[in-house]
Amino acid sequence: MSDQPVDYHPMWAELGLDLPTHDALLGAVGQLFGDAYLTQENRPEGMGYLNFVMSEVHGLRIKELDDYRKSGGKVFGTFCLYVPEEIIRAAAGWCVGLCAGAEFAYDQVEQIMPRNTCSLIKSFMGFKLAKVCPYIESADLVIGETTCDGKKKAYELLGDMHNVYVMELPQMKRDVDMAMWRDEIRALMAKVEEVTGNTITAESLKAAIKEVNDKRRALQRIAATRAADPAPISGKDALLATQVAFYDDVPRFTQMMNALADELEARVAAGEGVAPKGAKRVLVTGTPMALPNWKLHDIIEKAGAVVVGEEMCTGSRYYQDLVSEDAVTLDDMVDDIAEKYLDINCACFTPNQGRLEDVVRMAKELGVDGVIDYSLQFCGLYEMESNAVEKTVRDAGFPVLKITTDYSMEDVGQLSTRVEAFLEML
Amino acid sequence: MRVLGLDIGSRSVDAVWVDDCRIVDWSVADSGFDPGSAAATFVERGAHDVIVSTGYGRHAARERFGGTAVTEITAYGVGAAALFPDARAVLDIGGQDTKVISLGAGGKVADFEMNDKCAAGTGKFLEVMARALGFSLEEMAAQALSAQSGVAISSMCTVFAESEVTGLVHRGEDRARIARGLHDSIAKRTLGSLKRIRATGPLVFAGGVAKNGAMVRFITEGFEGEVHVPEEAQIVGAYGAALSALRDA
Repeated sequence: MSDQPVDYHPMWAELGLDLPTHDALLGAVGQLFGDAYLTQENRPEGMGYLNFVMSEVHGLRIKELDDYRKSGGKVFGTFCLYVPEEIIRAAAGWCVGLCAGAEFAYDQVEQIMPRNTCSLIKSFMGFKLAKVCPYIESADLVIGETTCDGKKKAYELLGDMHNVYVMELPQMKRDVDMAMWRDEIRALMAKVEEVTGNTITAESLKAAIKEVNDKRRALQRIAATRAADPAPISGKDALLATQVAFYDDVPRFTQMMNALADELEARVAAGEGVAPKGAKRVLVTGTPMALPNWKLHDIIEKAGAVVVGEEMCTGSRYYQDLVSEDAVTLDDMVDDIAEKYLDINCACFTPNQGRLEDVVRMAKELGVDGVIDYSLQFCGLYEMESNAVEKTVRDAGFPVLKITTDYSMEDVGQLSTRVEAFLEML
Repeated sequence: MRVLGLDIGSRSVDAVWVDDCRIVDWSVADSGFDPGSAAATFVERGAHDVIVSTGYGRHAARERFGGTAVTEITAYGVGAAALFPDARAVLDIGGQDTKVISLGAGGKVADFEMNDKCAAGTGKFLEVMARALGFSLEEMAAQALSAQSGVAISSMCTVFAESEVTGLVHRGEDRARIARGLHDSIAKRTLGSLKRIRATGPLVFAGGVAKNGAMVRFITEGFEGEVHVPEEAQIVGAYGAALSALRDA
């Protein structure tokens, strides 16, 4: 951290960003972060690292990617949990999540895709069209996946503007699907080896598995402390940790998150919390919340409750399962990776009973008062599955509130009323 | 202790003064462009010890006048149960939102549903449609009651329904049948919401739209169970807000 502010404009210009528009975006995100995060009281000190990461989210981290690429390294952009980071890292590639969490340049997006497309897809396309996402512009290859019809087709459109590779994800979890998925992982390995020029070996893959598992273990430690009452960390801060996990340097992030977990464990032991003991506890389940989508958490926590868990891709689905570290041969390791990733319970699978079980288990383990089921509008998969979630959670004895929304702020007043009424009801 | 309950809604600001659970006075003013000032005239009477605000202006009112705030959902639940101790559900159709609430023991909210971010099927919707038909609100309700059957209205979106109504008028469709169709469609949508939250009677129909005789009749006919309409349907939220202070005390 230097005292002199660094001017990143030359770097952004070199990446081809639209500088005035990008400046406006950074200003808006900075203000959003200030309003949602810096107004919180009694935050853990370890959040200082994530504040710093956020202040440099398009700066220092992009500089690191830039330096890495100039030294011959390759960067891979992804949108989804199903793309195995271990494979990329085993070929000395770096994996970064791409911008998809804010409403941007929808006027341009709607010229090439329908208005009734979910916010996540419209957002990543908007960032690309408006040239304001330095991550995608730093990506030598974008790895997409066939998790929904909207994304599938959006990658075709993105393919006109960027180097894109698409993995096919099965829609069921039978043996034939697993066999197909193993082949897909091997096809990805070949692609990553081709782009990086490096060969994936048993040794490099073993190290990558360990490294990414360690990141997940650190996040698991943080998640476990949230079962305490009072909760030692706000839902917003915990969500931010998971969001940043997609972007940050893996060993550094793991180290900082373990330090945060140490602090949180000490807080729990001392009975310290971010909200008073007895504050209403909420589990949020549903569609992913890509950075900087903090809308729902902000509404819930400003109403005096605390979010203690996220059953979502920017939550437990990201870190709850580890890849087995027992395998010796490269082949076995790849099969272990395939197995771990197919275990993720996304609504793109049928049936998806595992997700329902996860939600109920988490609600019990975290001692929540209620569950909020969150769907992005026009996400057919999660909106459809919402009915089963509501029924299962209710049958397990927890009140449920269903929210369907998007990235716009026009419904914040209505949502606040619904969330506050839900909390008053608990 | 004398409590002032303020319900700051999109169309009106309602005030109820309560002493020992009894209404001692009440008043209703138009929200206009400055609902805060409308509320201030009630506060300035000084006839209260504490204030509880509800409605979409509740947080602004709490900041300006002090006291506490509760959501409309809780306020309507408490208010309806106080007026009708046997109430098991509440329907409130207000100026720009619709709420359905099922009640457990003691008027406690068991479940609720609220429209998202548009004014579909609310008081605002009726106002726009009355204008499109060239009726006052009262005339439109009377016309709806006079028609034997309604024209099917397919859109619940205020903007689309207005175009639909304009189209029907231009085709020479009977305005009374259009009015009937509009009321029918709101009733159908509302009854669907009540069903989703498994509401059972007796149902308290509150909010400004409960003053509309046609809506009351169609809801009553369609709902399986008794329907109560409070004499002053508009002030149930303000009354409930005031009572919530006494309940929590």
